[in-house]
Amino acid sequence: MEKQVIGKNVEKIDALALATGQPVYADDIKLPNTLHIKFLYSPHANAIIEDIDTTEAEKLPGVHMVLTYKNTPQVYHTTAGQGWPEPSPYDTCMFNQHVRFVGDRVAAVAAESEEIALEALKLIKVKYNVLPAVFDPEEAMKEGAPIIHEENPQGTYDAKRNLVAHIEVKAGDVEKGFEEADVVVEHTFETQFAQHCPIETHATISYLDENGRIVIRSSTQVPFHVRRIVAQVLGIPVSQIRVIKPRIGGGFGSKQEIILEEVCAFVTMKTGRPARAVYTREEEFISSRTRHPMKITVKIGAKKDGRFTAIKMYALSNTGAYGTHGLTVASNTGSKTLPLYNKAPNVEFVADVVYTNLPVPGAYRGYGATQGYACLEQTVDMVAEKLGLDPIAIRKINHIRKGETSPIFEALGEGREGVVQYIESEAVDKLLELGAKEIGFYEKWGKKVRNGSKVRGVGMSLHMQGSGIPKIDMGSASIKLNEDGSVNVLYGGTDIGTGLDTVVAQIVGEVLGIDPKKVIVYPSDTDITPFDKGAYASSGTFISGSAVYNTALKLRDQILEVAKDMFGEQDSKDYILKDGFVISPRSGKRVSLSEIAYDTFYVKKQKQIMAVGSFVSESSPPPFAAHFVEIEVDEETGVITPIKYVAAVDCGVVINPELTKGQIIGAIVNGIGYALTEEYKFGENGKVLNPNFMEYRIPSSRDIPEIVPILVETYEPTGPLGAKSVSEININGPIPAIGNALYDALGIRLGSSPYTPDKVLKALKEKRK
Amino acid sequence: MKVHYKINGKDYEFDIHPGKVLLDVLRENGFTEVKGNCYMGTCGACTVLINGTPKTSCTVLAAQINGAEITTVKGLGDILNPHPLQKAFVEKGAVQCGYCTPGTILAAYALLKENPNPTDEDIKKAIDGNLCRCTGYVQQVEAIKYAITLLKEGK
Ligand code: FES
Ligand code: FES
Repeated sequence: MEKQVIGKNVEKIDALALATGQPVYADDIKLPNTLHIKFLYSPHANAIIEDIDTTEAEKLPGVHMVLTYKNTPQVYHTTAGQGWPEPSPYDTCMFNQHVRFVGDRVAAVAAESEEIALEALKLIKVKYNVLPAVFDPEEAMKEGAPIIHEENPQGTYDAKRNLVAHIEVKAGDVEKGFEEADVVVEHTFETQFAQHCPIETHATISYLDENGRIVIRSSTQVPFHVRRIVAQVLGIPVSQIRVIKPRIGGGFGSKQEIILEEVCAFVTMKTGRPARAVYTREEEFISSRTRHPMKITVKIGAKKDGRFTAIKMYALSNTGAYGTHGLTVASNTGSKTLPLYNKAPNVEFVADVVYTNLPVPGAYRGYGATQGYACLEQTVDMVAEKLGLDPIAIRKINHIRKGETSPIFEALGEGREGVVQYIESEAVDKLLELGAKEIGFYEKWGKKVRNGSKVRGVGMSLHMQGSGIPKIDMGSASIKLNEDGSVNVLYGGTDIGTGLDTVVAQIVGEVLGIDPKKVIVYPSDTDITPFDKGAYASSGTFISGSAVYNTALKLRDQILEVAKDMFGEQDSKDYILKDGFVISPRSGKRVSLSEIAYDTFYVKKQKQIMAVGSFVSESSPPPFAAHFVEIEVDEETGVITPIKYVAAVDCGVVINPELTKGQIIGAIVNGIGYALTEEYKFGENGKVLNPNFMEYRIPSSRDIPEIVPILVETYEPTGPLGAKSVSEININGPIPAIGNALYDALGIRLGSSPYTPDKVLKALKEKRK
Repeated sequence: MKVHYKINGKDYEFDIHPGKVLLDVLRENGFTEVKGNCYMGTCGACTVLINGTPKTSCTVLAAQINGAEITTVKGLGDILNPHPLQKAFVEKGAVQCGYCTPGTILAAYALLKENPNPTDEDIKKAIDGNLCRCTGYVQQVEAIKYAITLLKEGK
């Protein structure tokens, strides 16, 4: 069918409001009488609070409350905003007597101003019993290591060994597979702690509505999970809480956490006053969430012809002081990577997720797949080299294809068993070919073009991800028709800057045959919109979009029913919805949606045309991406400069090319930062040494190479109008692709990211020995 | 102490604590279009024009610039009458979460005032201090180039 609205660059519906500085974010409205909340953080990596004296702080004029473990609910919960029942352990209290990392919360002050709150923090006297700390996950698993969660939280695998989770999944017999192989390669790679760095930090304000219910306006990706978890922590029914998601200044996973909401709500509940908490950039680094660093070993066996006989992956994940998203991120390290090479009949994935006394990782774009691909895609290149194959050829031999499946899909889901899944759409060979052509892979690969001390190299990597969590993630929507033929869409989904509201308007516009400008979208307000699991797992377009699509179809049926009556015809099967009209090609009769609304409001069979619909997926159709990069390395300084980056991406039917391109490029630049510069530096006591943009370098406009996104369309029958997801997958490429390009240029492989100049120089020195 | 500014063409008088930075004074007085969070001059979200020059308002003491002319993104255009730069950012997909957008647009505005025909390098340099975590900058640069066309066409 001819597309009317999708596939077009419809302008992002909130973009002009944002570009003209409308007050749209959580902290842009000011409420009279607000209490400002500031936090006191532990200076120790592992300590018990022996005594905490808040009397002086409480006496300071303007201070209204000092919160500690003594006067706040001791309800163990998880801060991970995930579907219920949560796969993350219940190991966190609002405030705890045991503090487990430098940056763990000791107390909070609610005062008339931020300045007073900060003053009061200095007056809190804390006596700590400092305990030995452990930072290395391998050490933390050993006997005799400090036990970080002595309370043995519900949902941890073995708290005595600091093991949040242990995963073991097998298909076939890997040992046999390695025996049958002509070559076997094993490679270990370590990834680092990193921060999401949304430019808007976490911000929450809360207040009582006129009926005494708590309203939380928060920069969150998961409003419905916020409502549920805050209710759990405060011990009140969800009906007492309303969560509003305003515009969000980026999240990338960090706002899939309940961090400020429960504290604000508690202060409002206790004082009746509005409360506000906004993280500073430093707090964002030390106390919000990070990415799970992992040490990963991949072993691949292959026949002479390039076919893999076995793949084994072991991931050791450092989940810091709390286990939020620990199990599920590690699950994805295997489940989103290993099915890509389904020609290997023998596959094994093992992971350990370990507590340490370091800051807390959580969800971060890529969600474990980033870490998995960092190692896997370099190991694949190493196998290819041993076999005398080129990197593209070996991937063409082994990658999964349309109509195929992998045993891993069924064996491994998000923290539990997965679901059987067949690939319904895929264009990997085309991605490989178009990407290779654009970068000039075969002309450049192995050439080591030199200019003084600078050497060029090219590298590539291949990826798949997933769209939503099958059989768990649910989205829903309601749509109603207005007198001018416009519709109001209320949906639970959470646009955090990605453009989801616009995609929703396009999907509805397409189904109803109306201009997306006539689709008024109201997202995620727990009082008003139906439920949605939130913005994560690359689920926006796929899950929320499908919910809206299903709902629009129902609305369409109601519209056709009325039109049929108005036309006086027997059935409406062949009716066309176009440009705001329902047209009967048989009789040539037409009626506008506006006339239909007037008729049903005021004239005949009076009723509101309105529909509710939901969507839960049986599968998680993977998008695919082939990444190619050309770099220049300076042998004297060790500096790696990406020159050109190409991402050929299969994301099903493209709903909005400009927004899709934006997601791809944004993820690539984030990934380049992670590959080259971004990392936490810790002091000996586990303190973050670089919690600011001066020392933690994220890419700026002058750090980016030429970036070419290539959209290769397929049709995904399980997605809304054929679409699947695109937002996460493209962060996974830069580490392996640049790593492979570095090998092409200099013949060195670094064992860890980021690829900083000192590591490059050290590896070069070792090579020359 | 009292300070006077002309903000977006109108006169204002604020009673401020002498230690306050301009960013806080502006936001507290309703100019929430000025964003911020790093307070170190490193993210650029808090950029405003002070007497025509882009400055990070988190590193300027409000008291020090008494009498200054300040332009925020609202001074360029509003939702009903947007400036070509604002239109171009919308059209070219350069607004994702939008948190960096006001600062970046002001930096671009100052560049175009000084140099109406910048190269790509000039543009990248001008917005180098405005960190954006969403767009990857490519569409921002395209938007600024497109705005130059719009401005020339007098749109
Ligand atoms: S808040 Fe001023 S530069 Fe970041
Ligand atoms: S658009 Fe989100 S930070 Fe730039």
